[in-house]
Amino acid sequence: MNQGLLGIQGLERPEIEVILDRAKYFQPLQNESFKRLDTLRGKMVVNLFFEASTRTRISFEIAAKRLGADSVSITASGSSVSKGESLVDTLNTLAAMRPDAIVMRHGASGAPHFLSRYLPTPIVNAGDGTHEHPTQALLDARTILDRRGRLDGLRVAIIGDIAHSRVARSNIHLLSKFGVEIVLCGPPSLLPRELAEIAPGVTLEHNIREAIRDADVIMMLRVQLERQHETSYPVGEYFRFYGLRLEHLELARPDVIVMHPGPINRGREISSDVADSQRSVILNQVENGISVRMAVLEKILQ
Amino acid sequence: MGKLLIKNGRVMDPASGFDRTADVLLVDGRVAGIGANLSSAGVVQFDASGMIVAPGFIDMHVHLRDPGFEHAETIESGSRAAAAGGFTSICCMPNTNPVNDSATVTSYIVERARLRAVVNVFPIGAITKGSAGEELAAIGSMKAAGVVAISDDGRPVMNARVMRRAMETASAFDLPVIDHCEDLHLSAGGDMHEGLESVKLGLRGIPSCSEDVMVARDILLAEVTGARFHVAHISARNSVAMVAFAKARGLKVTCESTPHHFAIADADMLPYDSNYKMKPPLRSKEDVHAVVDGIVSGAIDVLATDHAPHPGSEKMQEFEKCPFGITGLETAIGLTTDELVHTGRISLMKMIALYTTGPANVLQLKDRGALAVGGIADVTIFDPDRKWTYDVNRSHSKSRNSPFDGRQFRGGAVATIVNGSIVWQAE
Repeated sequence: MNQGLLGIQGLERPEIEVILDRAKYFQPLQNESFKRLDTLRGKMVVNLFFEASTRTRISFEIAAKRLGADSVSITASGSSVSKGESLVDTLNTLAAMRPDAIVMRHGASGAPHFLSRYLPTPIVNAGDGTHEHPTQALLDARTILDRRGRLDGLRVAIIGDIAHSRVARSNIHLLSKFGVEIVLCGPPSLLPRELAEIAPGVTLEHNIREAIRDADVIMMLRVQLERQHETSYPVGEYFRFYGLRLEHLELARPDVIVMHPGPINRGREISSDVADSQRSVILNQVENGISVRMAVLEKILQ
Repeated sequence: MGKLLIKNGRVMDPASGFDRTADVLLVDGRVAGIGANLSSAGVVQFDASGMIVAPGFIDMHVHLRDPGFEHAETIESGSRAAAAGGFTSICCMPNTNPVNDSATVTSYIVERARLRAVVNVFPIGAITKGSAGEELAAIGSMKAAGVVAISDDGRPVMNARVMRRAMETASAFDLPVIDHCEDLHLSAGGDMHEGLESVKLGLRGIPSCSEDVMVARDILLAEVTGARFHVAHISARNSVAMVAFAKARGLKVTCESTPHHFAIADADMLPYDSNYKMKPPLRSKEDVHAVVDGIVSGAIDVLATDHAPHPGSEKMQEFEKCPFGITGLETAIGLTTDELVHTGRISLMKMIALYTTGPANVLQLKDRGALAVGGIADVTIFDPDRKWTYDVNRSHSKSRNSPFDGRQFRGGAVATIVNGSIVWQAE
């Protein structure tokens, strides 16, 4: 059976804790001068990115290399995908080269889930459409734990385009399993009412000030109204009503941390002074990405 | 043509209310006798003991893909799948290539069916040229060539004024207008029912209201024009309520449900399996209950499969890329007995009516949907207790896109008789 990582939704809390603990173990390595282990020597990881990505792809590549595995990266442009090959054929071709794992990002929700039914090779989901981005949620949890030491009982506000966010979905599932109070905030067109039932502990809020009140963690999401097929919200006034500004932080707990999966849009969903403030842990998230992905690859390949 | 004597079956005919164990004698394509201990010299006998002998089932919503998409289905293969599902008559939707929007295409289908089909095929013509929603198709000429209804199934007429003119024209030719009710702006980009499941899966939603607003529009237009209006594959609870309301007002409004819409809900989907992708989408549990209640109450007149074959290469893709539609001819009886009859929601007589008098009345098919002496010898023999397992790889259809592969059924067709000849028989 395929022992990859397709999403957070199907994981049990102890499985998540094992990965987070292991990621903590890998953290000090990132500051060593010699950063390479040989845990996965001789293993081959293929990074297959059908959607543009810089940080996630590089982060997976570095994680594989620090564990001693070989990794190759393929992007959709310049590959057979752009010649009209079907997804199943592309993956079957790759699988015939006997990689030990495939890390995959795809613009269609469920693409890795669909493939995993036909492929023996474990697949790590590096983001599928608007569905899940499990390693992002894991690195976010690691980052919160580094600052707070616990997840249980925290109040986390997730703000932005929830409807189209795989980061939000994975985070909701993970945080809910740890008893976090989750407040989702955004304009109604980007915040489907059904989200209130997606997992225990979730509430919906349309007012950013109410969402942030007493929050321990604020997670901002990237907003790309101009890339949607329709006008879901007046583009010009998004920042005024849903952008995070310094004055909002006073409503939250004094030690609140601000997170963002990146890449950030300064002046769109987050002001520059918040992004660069002491409260921002955005670069810690990036750093934790490597430790968390090392833990995931090790779990799958060992 | 010869003779066939169906012995000792429970003969059930909703048109007359007949329900008794009897023999049925078919001679030269006509029903020659129904009664006890019939016999005839040199007759072939079919033992129907313990089985139901019913008028030939009619599926008024089928896609045969011929002409133009013969890799998915042909008139011949589709008719064989129909026979294997117990259907003696099927109506084929016009979304072929070319679209059935002219007497020429209608005549091709009629002629092809005469040569190759093992069941009766009644074409449905397009409402607009190319089903493009703009200019009316040659409705009168198509009627003369054999269409029994008009519909732009799959490409609903968005322009209300065009729909009004279509209804007016159709009433002049005494044809029903069948609409696939979907506001394409509300449903744009959607892949499954909009609800908790779509939000969980990160798939774009097709809201129930995209069906409801079109059902409402068309009912209002049917009132203005006096046309016979039929809602295809109704799936949303507000739509069922509106059809019941229209009936109560005395309008000539009818509707059909598919077996998959009364049998399964969005939460029953295997995630990202395109064999669960169709339009309208599998809706919520509440909608499924409303559809079943509508069948029980009579708001829903007809059961039809919306058999929509697609080859594996088109369905083996990312969910959002896959075309809409599933096959259905071979699983209709099993789903109906399982979900409606054995659950006690409807009687066997009601089930038969939904597949016989129901569609025959909507389409005003002469000599179909009844089992009476002198009538055409189309007979469906089925066993409501027959246990069998659906193996999609043994389907008579050219396509394999069914979510019911491997499902065990209680109830299935045993023999299908068209014009007095057995065209299919269970192994």
